[in-house]
Amino acid sequence: MKRVIARLDIKGNRLIKGVHLEGWRFLTGDPNDFCKKYYTDGADEILYVDAVASLYNRDSLKDIIRKTTENVFVPLTVGGGIRTIEDVTEILRSGADKVAICTQAVKTPEIISKVADKFGSQCMVVSIQAKKDQNGNYKIWYDVAREKTEINVVEFAIKVEELGAGEILLTSVDQEGTGKGMDAELIKMVTEATKIPVIACGGFAQPSDFKVAIDGGADAVAIAKALHYQQTNILAIKEYAESVGIKIRQDEN
Amino acid sequence: MKINVGIIDYKMGNLLSLSRAFMHLNANPVIIEKPDDIKLVDILVLPGVGAFPDGMKMINENHFPGAINDFIKTGKNFMGICLGMQMMLSKGYEHKETSGLGLIEGSVRPLPNDTELKVPNINWHDISKPEIVSWDHSILKNTKEGSNFYFVHSFYTEPEFKENILAETHFGSLKFASAVKKDNVFGTQFHPEKSGNKGLRILETLLTL
Repeated sequence: MKRVIARLDIKGNRLIKGVHLEGWRFLTGDPNDFCKKYYTDGADEILYVDAVASLYNRDSLKDIIRKTTENVFVPLTVGGGIRTIEDVTEILRSGADKVAICTQAVKTPEIISKVADKFGSQCMVVSIQAKKDQNGNYKIWYDVAREKTEINVVEFAIKVEELGAGEILLTSVDQEGTGKGMDAELIKMVTEATKIPVIACGGFAQPSDFKVAIDGGADAVAIAKALHYQQTNILAIKEYAESVGIKIRQDEN
Repeated sequence: MKINVGIIDYKMGNLLSLSRAFMHLNANPVIIEKPDDIKLVDILVLPGVGAFPDGMKMINENHFPGAINDFIKTGKNFMGICLGMQMMLSKGYEHKETSGLGLIEGSVRPLPNDTELKVPNINWHDISKPEIVSWDHSILKNTKEGSNFYFVHSFYTEPEFKENILAETHFGSLKFASAVKKDNVFGTQFHPEKSGNKGLRILETLLTL
């Protein structure tokens, strides 16, 4: 079954949203209320990303996770600023089911094997921030897309799979926050090179974008802005997915 | 009075989600760290994520098997979830052959890795009812056939007797037991505490059986 994932970027105790992972704006309202609504609408998973985790302390994030698990009963993935096994332990103890690691997976890829060995690959999601360079090649970025590398995205995806990643969260930095549609080329490249599930992220604007990502080989699509600003909603996305023959989870309220 | 649901803590797996699901259903989750405490609860749940040998090692080292058997003999309801369900069977073959709790005859085997499907199997799947069993008087009493639940596993259970298979799920060409039962003992391979309202309904049913 193909999954619809609601992505919530967090700063302190607030929900934020940027463009190309920068230029953050605060949204009005409690992140937990947004989350509860997405769960009620049929989100198959929730993804929290603590955008500035390295600069602030983690208590507010843990508080958000704790509140979420009190009334949201689908899997919860948490990412942002996770550097050590201790960080992973803390986040899982707060109630997350999986962790998403980006920067540290680029700097010291061994963290992927360490987490997979200790907690199982099912809870090790590697977050890949991909951006096209001027020659049209996709390269890895990290640190909330502030730092650039010359690492090839497909080679990195193959490597993280070998190291024990259970899933890849693939964010197109170019599309992210623009609402200009998903990057089918990027999704196809990564899903053809790997066997583990790929969560496509970045650029979702309307239900038909779900089909674009799934046709590209994605197992799931993570959506932020289009949900937060009510450009569409999970019920409409799932209704559309069914109408074009994509198998999705049915919930009942 | 609230129903006391014992959740066995053998230091593997996410007890928090399960506790919160029971709290949400107005029950009183009790984390069981000592076998003696099992006597105090109305329902007993064995959760778990991880490898079969590690799980059994922790269960045995903490002297849980005897207390679990005594609890089941009282006729009160027992439920295993994910690895907790797998450990209910007689034998597991993860890494090496390991004895399980033997509450249901059968074994635990690896999911085939030769299909196009990915292992570990992390996904939502349908469950269906085998013709020879009834869901009345079981944890699936209020569940519709074809409902979707959340699975995270690399191994599956193979009960020896068909009447112990409460529900089945397809994984490529394989059809495996996604729920099991024997008298007052139940198990689900999937995570009801992570399966939205349909999952909560199963736990709610367990509280009222």
